Amino acid sequence: MLPPSPLKQTIEKTVREEWGRILACLVKSIGNLQLAEDSLQDALVAALSHWSTHGLPDAPDAWLLTTARRRAIDRLRRDRRFSQKQVEISYIADIENAFREEPDSSAIPVKRLEMIFTCCHPALERKTQVALTLRTLGGLSTEEIATAFLDKPQAMAQRLVRAKKKIALAAIPYEIPDSDLLPERIASVLSVLYLIFNEGYSASSGDSPVRVELCDEAIRLARIVGQLLPDETEIAGLLR
Amino acid sequence: MQYMCLIYSTEGVGPQPGTPEFGAFMKGYADFGGIIQKAGKFIADDALQPVATATTVSVRDGNVDTTDGPFAETKEQLGGYYLLDCDDLDEALKYAAMIPSAAHGRVEVRPVMIFD
Repeated sequence: MLPPSPLKQTIEKTVREEWGRILACLVKSIGNLQLAEDSLQDALVAALSHWSTHGLPDAPDAWLLTTARRRAIDRLRRDRRFSQKQVEISYIADIENAFREEPDSSAIPVKRLEMIFTCCHPALERKTQVALTLRTLGGLSTEEIATAFLDKPQAMAQRLVRAKKKIALAAIPYEIPDSDLLPERIASVLSVLYLIFNEGYSASSGDSPVRVELCDEAIRLARIVGQLLPDETEIAGLLR
Repeated sequence: MQYMCLIYSTEGVGPQPGTPEFGAFMKGYADFGGIIQKAGKFIADDALQPVATATTVSVRDGNVDTTDGPFAETKEQLGGYYLLDCDDLDEALKYAAMIPSAAHGRVEVRPVMIFD
């Protein structure tokens, strides 16, 4: 077997590190997790062919974000019902305006934090919270998450689709919760991160690399939360 | 967004009419009504007659089947509802938790489907 090409490695690295950041940013402006995820996938496919002929861009993450946004608008336009729906026309206009107004990347950390709270919302089952956090913020594939849970990929895929539907239909917000809700919601986020870590740790004597990766993922996410909410001692405690 | 808050509790459990607790319980509802009216979240509300008055209708192959009683024979019954206009689920949950019956029963929060 050939070793992976440097380009492919760079793309994989970018995806691992930036997936959550870019997705969080997309969701905030598009308001739909499923659409954001599909559009980011589109952008990755485009990146693979574009970067291999034109070389790596200076800022791969910004490239992916811009491309994903265009794809999101394309996807909405392609929707057959689009022409009949006045609501969606104004929706697209809103998205386009939001893109223009929004200075890129500076607001991303906050958006990622907002998305952790969405994924760990108590209106979702705990197992779903963990899976959704790994998918949207950890950038793990549905197959990897299914392996971690010893689930069938199809069942995990359905669970994630159901969760995204509930977030959209019940209007689970993409917001940092109000201060009165914050302690309870942080506890929920920390439980999820702890479960992700444990899932990896308890299996780390085995030979499955995915699970060791879960430990790293939990620590990485906990650090992000810690950086974004420096006053929360519970988070520092988790990392100790 | 419109959210339907369905109030489920076991009949005969919780504060009963004629007890001092019942007065405080009903005042809780009056207060809650004031809060949601003032906050502009209120759309509609009602209390329902006891479950013994319920009749369930279903139509199968064109035949109407009418049965005595509620849809599901469980201890906790639908006793009333609030229809609220909230920005998102967190806001709906905040108000749902203020409904006095949530203290001994449960409140199910469901987004209302909008047909457009």
